[in-house]
Amino acid sequence: MNRFLAFVKKEFFHILRDRRTLLILFGMPLVMVALFGFALTNEIKNAKIALLDFDHGLHSQQITNRLLSSGYFRLVENVRSYEGIEATFRRGEVRLVVVFPPNFSNDYVHGQQAQVQLLADASEQNTAISLTNYATNIIQGYANEQNPSGSQPVAQINVEPRMVFNPELKGAFVFVPGVMAMVLLLVSALMTSVTIAREKETGTMEVLMVSPLTQPQILFGKVLPYLLLSFLNGCLIIALGVFLLGIPLNGSLALLLVETLLFIFLALSIGILISTIADTQLVAMFASLLIMLMPTIFLSGFIFPIESMPAPLQIISNVIPAKYFISIVKGIMIKGVGLGNLWKETLVLIGMSGVFTAISLRNLKSRLS
Amino acid sequence: MDKAVVTNKLTKRFGNFVATNEITFEVAQGEIFGFLGANGAGKTTAIRMLCGLLKPSSGEARIAGFDVYRQTEQIKQVIGYMSQRFSLYEDLTVRENIRFYGGIYGLSRADLKAKSQQIIEQLNLGSVADKLVVDLPLGWKQRLAFSVALIHNPKIVFLDEPTGGVDPITRRQFWDMIYEAADRGTTIFVTTHYMDEAEYCNRVSIMVDGRIKALDTPNQLKRSFDVDSMDGVFQILARGTSTK
Repeated sequence: MNRFLAFVKKEFFHILRDRRTLLILFGMPLVMVALFGFALTNEIKNAKIALLDFDHGLHSQQITNRLLSSGYFRLVENVRSYEGIEATFRRGEVRLVVVFPPNFSNDYVHGQQAQVQLLADASEQNTAISLTNYATNIIQGYANEQNPSGSQPVAQINVEPRMVFNPELKGAFVFVPGVMAMVLLLVSALMTSVTIAREKETGTMEVLMVSPLTQPQILFGKVLPYLLLSFLNGCLIIALGVFLLGIPLNGSLALLLVETLLFIFLALSIGILISTIADTQLVAMFASLLIMLMPTIFLSGFIFPIESMPAPLQIISNVIPAKYFISIVKGIMIKGVGLGNLWKETLVLIGMSGVFTAISLRNLKSRLS
Repeated sequence: MDKAVVTNKLTKRFGNFVATNEITFEVAQGEIFGFLGANGAGKTTAIRMLCGLLKPSSGEARIAGFDVYRQTEQIKQVIGYMSQRFSLYEDLTVRENIRFYGGIYGLSRADLKAKSQQIIEQLNLGSVADKLVVDLPLGWKQRLAFSVALIHNPKIVFLDEPTGGVDPITRRQFWDMIYEAADRGTTIFVTTHYMDEAEYCNRVSIMVDGRIKALDTPNQLKRSFDVDSMDGVFQILARGTSTK
């Protein structure tokens, strides 16, 4: 046990002395959360909108003015019919279309339910949510001003938001689970594979192999510090997501942490697998980036929704570990579901770790004979 | 049974290629045994088998009485190993390196402390004990690596081209350390391709194409091949068959 501790201590020396790595380790989640979080949610100034006004009345005019003077919206197009809306969205510029039905002003003045329809391009879910929220607030604010407080409201304006392209808003808040998956994969898999490859490169691995340390001790000693650091990192990202970006944590925090540990373990087993193949740090790094990072970014549903991928890519996405982790994190944090709904994904992660560990051990054995 | 190394027809095949071919030799306890051969002659494969890193294809070998097939764990306890790459961690200090290697060999806390102090004093490293190894001159690193390889008082220490890339004076100093260790009873199993170093060994074996072509004291070898240096012996044995 003392031998093992001596080994783990040495690993911490390596990590803590390497300032650049530490900076990447803890700077990356900050930067990514900031980038993905704020860049997406703050993209709201001067959003391009279109107008479909069947009413041409006083109130539709005033609400439109109110919307445009808020600073959030910029009118780029007047649409003439419902058919025109789809074409407008397809061109991809316009994020939101405000529709005033015929007789809107008339309905409103005569105390009936007046309706405004908001159609948002939900292929960028975060933007869509924010835009409809802003617009709804402005319209409701207008209605409230017209009905002085205390008096019975004479008329209401019903705002009816509709998401186009992605009606269920799947993928909302996906970036924090995505960033988590990415950072944990990077830290765990890339860094372990690189640090093991480094020992091979400098020849210290030979000495370790000749020493009484067993192979599992060497591997586990390599992995343990990264397990701890990655877990810290995972907690940091969750905290940033919840406190900075206001992502709800509806499910069990304990379950979330356990699943995070499981995913870290999986990432570490991938790192070890890569290190059994790669003999140099450079190879290890490229292997990690190519095998893990790229597919994780593009195929896990992190940036591009899996549902809208072509069929072959959808099939490939099934072997991307991050896909399952992302849906677990989303499930726990946003939907508030428990293990009862997530056991399939959890089993997949466990199974993958088992397979990767088994292949690594076999690779190590065949090296010796 | 007081032989440090005993092999009998030890062989390693990789597919059709025979890396070491039925090598048979003995090394006595406390001996300085030179293991010579051109690159690719099979030295490294042989050493890896003796250290328990590689399973032999056939033949026998015992290290300090332990069998290389079944008792690799015991073998690891009684051998030390140093390669030409010195195997120190450059981002650790001198003291941390010593403690790390002592630690993985299971030295107690008190032993570790005493050993580090002893090594640092012996090597005159007091002023740099808490400096990172990366800043040390090559010769210092080499001597430190050797001391570290001996930290658990192994019966046998395997030195795989330990003096690669080091100037002759430093090499001479290093051999003084080797002699001291041998005087204390440690068996030294050393590979080298510097022929002047071969002269320092008690006995020398020369491998060519996986086989041991000659094995004797340097003086005896020179006499039987009728040359006046080990380099001459080596040239006669290896000429035409190696790429050196």
